[in-house]
Amino acid sequence: MAAVAATSSAIADAALELIEVKYEILPFVIDVEDAMLPGAPILHDDLFTAGVEPKATTASNIAKRVAFKLGDVDAGFAEADVVVEGYYTTQAVHQAYIEPHACVVTVGSDGQSLIYSSSQGHFMVRAYCAKLLGMELSDIRAMPSEIGGGFGGKTVVYLEPIAMALSKQTGRPVKMVMTREDVFRSTGPTSGGTIAVKLGAKKDGTITAATAVLKFQAGAFPGSPVQPGCMTCFAMYDLKNVTITGYDVVSNRPKVAAYRAPGAPISTFATESAMDELALKLGMDPIALREKNAAKDGTKTAYGVTFQNIGYTQTLEAAKNHPHYTAPLGPNQGRGVASGFWFNIGGESTGAVHVNEDGSVSIVTGSPDIGGSRASMAMMAAEVLGIPVEKVRPVIGDTATIGFTHLTGGSRVTFATGMAVTQAAERVRDDLKKRAAMIWEIPVEAVDWKDGEAVPAGANAGGFDPMPLAAIALKAAKTGGPIIAEVSVNAQGAGPGFATHICDVEVDPETGHTTVLRYTAIQDVGRAIHPSYVEGQIQGGAAQGIGWALNEEYIYDKQGKLDNAGFLDYRVPVASDMPMIEAVMIEVPNPRHPFGAKGVGEVPIVPPMAAVANAIRGAIGIRMPHLPMSPPKLRAAMDAKAG
Amino acid sequence: MPDTNFEQPQTPAATPLAMTLHVNGRDHLMALDPRTTLLDALREHLGLTGTKVGCNHGTCGACTVHIDGRRHLACLVLAAAAQRRNIGTIEGLAGPDGALHPMQAAFVAHDALQCGYCTPGQIMSAVACVAEGHTGSDAEIREYMSGNLCRCGAYPNIVAAVREVAANAQQRS
Repeated sequence: MAAVAATSSAIADAALELIEVKYEILPFVIDVEDAMLPGAPILHDDLFTAGVEPKATTASNIAKRVAFKLGDVDAGFAEADVVVEGYYTTQAVHQAYIEPHACVVTVGSDGQSLIYSSSQGHFMVRAYCAKLLGMELSDIRAMPSEIGGGFGGKTVVYLEPIAMALSKQTGRPVKMVMTREDVFRSTGPTSGGTIAVKLGAKKDGTITAATAVLKFQAGAFPGSPVQPGCMTCFAMYDLKNVTITGYDVVSNRPKVAAYRAPGAPISTFATESAMDELALKLGMDPIALREKNAAKDGTKTAYGVTFQNIGYTQTLEAAKNHPHYTAPLGPNQGRGVASGFWFNIGGESTGAVHVNEDGSVSIVTGSPDIGGSRASMAMMAAEVLGIPVEKVRPVIGDTATIGFTHLTGGSRVTFATGMAVTQAAERVRDDLKKRAAMIWEIPVEAVDWKDGEAVPAGANAGGFDPMPLAAIALKAAKTGGPIIAEVSVNAQGAGPGFATHICDVEVDPETGHTTVLRYTAIQDVGRAIHPSYVEGQIQGGAAQGIGWALNEEYIYDKQGKLDNAGFLDYRVPVASDMPMIEAVMIEVPNPRHPFGAKGVGEVPIVPPMAAVANAIRGAIGIRMPHLPMSPPKLRAAMDAKAG
Repeated sequence: MPDTNFEQPQTPAATPLAMTLHVNGRDHLMALDPRTTLLDALREHLGLTGTKVGCNHGTCGACTVHIDGRRHLACLVLAAAAQRRNIGTIEGLAGPDGALHPMQAAFVAHDALQCGYCTPGQIMSAVACVAEGHTGSDAEIREYMSGNLCRCGAYPNIVAAVREVAANAQQRS
């Protein structure tokens, strides 16, 4: 490996020209099915398929096999009156955050290092850099920066360790910034994949058996999200007989990174398209078919979890009753419905609440804010303390100033970091009561906290005027010193997310271009802490899903080189591609969170591809099993149908 | 047809060129490598980092600025070519007392952003979109705002913000 540091990018470019690299062109394989064939070029001669019996003895591009099973699918298919089968493919797509990766680092002569970088987790940045450079975690201080979009793609490091090595060598601060082309070529998109689905059902719509086989591109190294792809794809349904098998496959592509609900949109595109085919074959309304088989509280999933406090059927009910579902359609127009699931996670988070001397409040967390989480943190603390949210200033602490916090991902921050902040605010509130009791010289049990003030708990407590938070803060030095609390949690019990989307499209019979006319996204959000931000997450996920459905893909030329590493040829949705996306929030509170919050950011990207495909099926009578459903593909499919 | 078969400049350092840029109502006398784009001049030399870099190739709109009131992509304009023009950036939009421009206020009111990275470009584009009169319908707003990518997908709220400012501007006139 070589890296160049210079005082200007022009000098760096000139220096790069002077480095001579000799490449030996090896056989390559791009497609996931090709990579699995016997005789395919093997990427790593030390890679053996994990998860197979007997143990693999020859090198393979299949890094891992995973399987999930409930009941007996053969018996289930034997019971079925109707069977549908389909083979679906999706293409690699990029998170395409508008801010390219960037960092500024400095490694001091004593080894003490400072990293400023844009990431979804500065503790993650610190951990990777320490590991790669053989340093102690405490020698690295990683500072969070404002982040211009991540969507999962900024959960790994690319630049920071290289910049640190350069800084160490030069003794100077080093800045590294990716170009847009670098971002497309050398950072992780998500997997493309193939999914074979088979569903069997009785005439009344009861699904008797379901199988899915998923093959996901991992890129050049193992690690595709095929496992969550397997776990999510049938999680909306109460299935007695199901098998899901997944393969993690390496090929000559960029190593994948997480992208919003990793794995689920890929597999769910297939299973929810198949559900639509099943509804058609049964002559059933697609929502009625889903209601018939919907997962409810107590449903056991193929991956082992039994659901509690879920709101899936409520999303179906809301979809059925939404005026969108029965609005008239015009010529060349169609309507599609699809559902989706995402686990949502908890994990390690730290939150600190500081009452300042003037009565203002500072909150520090370790969670980079990629979707407005700071506002939610402030709102939760303000609620506990009974003060206006404007009095609360939330900031993100660096790795040296706040306790360990797992990265921002898995829709975990409002849940887990929110739990830490809420608990810290509760401790501060208890402390404030204690201080008031001390000032009033009464027992703490005789003090209540109401609307941001300490008040006597009853007539017996004494006739004291309410003491506002600011008054207590002013006397902190006389009552025991600074009023602060820091709480670290390993949050468990994240409530899973379910969504049902309705999509109307119109397909231009001349060009094959699909216009999304109307889009309604219904989601169980637990409890919306900041409702307009939650709506924003739902709209954003749907928008990215629509792009994935209609336009986005990594295109490779015959030499195995990426052919569209820029926004001109990799087309993300623009304003004129998007209809108004109506977000409908269903609130089934999560009892494991103090305010009932569930993660909301990821599940909205799960249903759109199938919702769009099902709408196109309605519009032109053709099932489009291969993403993206771009105009040339639609036009070809329509021409083939016309004969 | 422009000649696209040019040689990449190989000279690491070029003789600085003295130039004056008129940005947000103030003149800035600068000595820059003649290859410097307006985007780099603003960000790297004037410290005006509100104008963002998304692609450096004119495909994302994050670096949208105003030149003589019209929207331009700062990454596609050479700084030297922007002399004697009125350059407006996001930093110059608010009033001298810090009062937000109506479009900035509308973006805040409508939550027309999530990560905020594309927002300066969106707002500069939106201000020009209203001035151009391309706000007759939501479809027209969407069309004339389509040069600015927002990967967070805040388009519904961006359109709402532009619609509101356009309606208020119409009432005043």
